[in-house]
Amino acid sequence: MLRYTIRRLVQLVGVVLVLSMLLFAWLRLLPGGPVSALLGERATPESREALTKQLGLDQPIFVQYFKFLGRAATGDFGVSTGVQPGDSALEIFLQRFPATIELSFFAILIAIAVGVPLGYLAAKRRGGWFDNLSVIGSLIGVAVPVFFLAYLLKDVASSALGLPSQGRQDAIDATRVTGFFTLDGLITGEIDATLNALEHLILPAIALATIPFAVIFRITRAAVLDVLDEDFVRTAESKGLTAPVIRRRHVLRNAMLPVVTTIGLQTGALLSGAVLTEKVFSFAGVGQALAIGFERRDYPVLLLLIIMATIVYVVVNLLVDLSYALIDPRIRTR
Amino acid sequence: MALLEVRDLSVVFQRKGEAPFHAVDGVSFDVEPGQTVGLVGESGCGKSVTSLAIMGLLPKRGAKVTGSVTYDGTDLLKLSDKQMRDKRGSELGMVFQDPLSSLNPVVPIGLQVTEVLERHRGLARKEAMIEAKDLLDKVGIPDPNRRLKEYPHQLSGGMRQRALIAIALACRPKLLIADEPTTALDVTIQAQILSLMKELVQDLGTALVMITHDLGVVAGLCDEVNVLYGGKVVEKAMRHRLFAEPRHPYTHGLLASIPRLDAPRGEKLTPIKGSVADNIPWTSACAFAPRCPNALDVCRSVTPAEEDQLGRLLRCHNPVVPGTPAAEEVPV
Ligand SMILES: Nc1ncnc2c1ncn2[C@@H]1O[C@H](COP(=O)(O)OP(=O)(O)OP(=O)(O)O)[C@@H](O)[C@H]1O
Ligand code: SF4
Ligand SMILES: [Mg+2]
Repeated sequence: MLRYTIRRLVQLVGVVLVLSMLLFAWLRLLPGGPVSALLGERATPESREALTKQLGLDQPIFVQYFKFLGRAATGDFGVSTGVQPGDSALEIFLQRFPATIELSFFAILIAIAVGVPLGYLAAKRRGGWFDNLSVIGSLIGVAVPVFFLAYLLKDVASSALGLPSQGRQDAIDATRVTGFFTLDGLITGEIDATLNALEHLILPAIALATIPFAVIFRITRAAVLDVLDEDFVRTAESKGLTAPVIRRRHVLRNAMLPVVTTIGLQTGALLSGAVLTEKVFSFAGVGQALAIGFERRDYPVLLLLIIMATIVYVVVNLLVDLSYALIDPRIRTR
Repeated sequence: MALLEVRDLSVVFQRKGEAPFHAVDGVSFDVEPGQTVGLVGESGCGKSVTSLAIMGLLPKRGAKVTGSVTYDGTDLLKLSDKQMRDKRGSELGMVFQDPLSSLNPVVPIGLQVTEVLERHRGLARKEAMIEAKDLLDKVGIPDPNRRLKEYPHQLSGGMRQRALIAIALACRPKLLIADEPTTALDVTIQAQILSLMKELVQDLGTALVMITHDLGVVAGLCDEVNVLYGGKVVEKAMRHRLFAEPRHPYTHGLLASIPRLDAPRGEKLTPIKGSVADNIPWTSACAFAPRCPNALDVCRSVTPAEEDQLGRLLRCHNPVVPGTPAAEEVPV
């Protein structure tokens, strides 16, 4: 298991190197660039040339890349030109990554907490009205565009429920420790800051949770349907075990394998969903930074954020693979 | 009073848009305490459905169960789900056909044994583990302490079935139902498992309903035998009488189609012609008529009734005359 983990992490280094190379080139091949973004279309050729030189964009692309690698090795990923001009890319990453992680974490939590029980119930009542209703509901969950739901939550639900629909926290006096606002409050004892951050998370997390919820629901339902037909469930029934024991130990434990895989794959969808959700809710996370970064061709910020998102995706899926072994002894003892 | 009295048990499967299907059609039989009763018949004759109906394990929707299953004076079919859960595993045990798929692949063997002890005897996990070790020991699983921690895929087929027998007998049930417990096993293992079951039910005084399509199993184990055909009992007799003198043409055919060690050299085996697919409904005929060498015209127009003939039940218009050799081999 350890060797497997190490091998996967070594692979990850390779993936990051190749990806950084491709991204580096691809970003520079996009039409426009930071110079036009900063100076506008009507700037004089002289000022354009000066800025191009200042940003180092006049050099051949592979020279730029190796310089970048050299600096990156010392922790310098360049300076933002568009998202927060003048701030270092690393600083922006450290500010914004916790925001998106928090948002995605709560979104996937909601998706699991609602999707798994609902999927189980639907499977238990296969073909009944509850089953049919929730299958239709999950279809709508996948089909409704995220931004439509996000605007609906922002404009209607926020005033109806009295929940905030802008930003990560009100302008209250809160100490920053980790950048995870919900955690910082707990660490410093500023509980109101944590609560305030949680309130701000509710609506965007719900918006972001819809697609993963729908997928987790459907996978759980299908997996439970399969398991319910298994002989060992009949054996469990023949032992007179109580319904909760059969559900937990015999049905769900076996149905969890495909569900866990799905949760891993959904992290990718979460990151792309975050772009829209964060935009709608003016939530200062990675998604928002990516949206602004692409508009303004902020090469250093885009590069760092996309690479870090990839690393998160790969690590989450590695954890998923490892948890397989935890759930399924047939893999562990092979 | 018998331990188990099955009376006029019928199971009808009703699927949307399909005609109702009578999988079990008015089956009655008794099991005395400590007795071993066989249910014999070929694939699809309703053996498993009968056992599942007794255990209350048929799907709630889509299966209509009628008749009565009186166990120790109470009709199991009238019990609530909760009351039935209390009986299953403690008073009624069951062993299934495929030991690999009947064990949960992601739960250690130990827990699969202890959970039934915890549930019905209120034992704590630790005490239950000690008892589970004894149980595995008793069913002949070597090195039980190690096996308790292992998972089903780490055991051999025979060992898995031994574990399942240990689970079914953990709470010393008064009745054990075994649904083809050896069909999925190697021939050598089959004999071991059968003698183990025989020994255990004798020790515990457990009554056994043995479901099988294999008359060899019946010969070694059963006191009384019910022969099922198309969801109905067609012949019921004590084992030695059934073997010595099969009266129903189907039973006669079954016996003639098994190889016998004492048969004269060169004697031909005579399989029953046709297959279950040839069945006609019992409604106004004998379901076996298309395959029966004794069939008369009346067999296709009148359902034969169950008749008691000197302690033997028979459902046939034209039973085999005692002493008749196996029917001539018919081209299939
Ligand atoms: N859940 C179900 N829904 C519909 N039909 C069923 C169901 N279970 C069993 N049947 C049908 O009932 C009939 C009897 O099945 P059963 O499993 O009792 O046969 P069996 O005698 O045990 O045969 P085998 O030796 O193959 O195990 C079969 O035709 C089968 O297709
Ligand atoms: S009733 Fe007729 S068809 Fe049926 S078994 Fe007897 S003789 Fe054969
Ligand atoms: Mg069967």
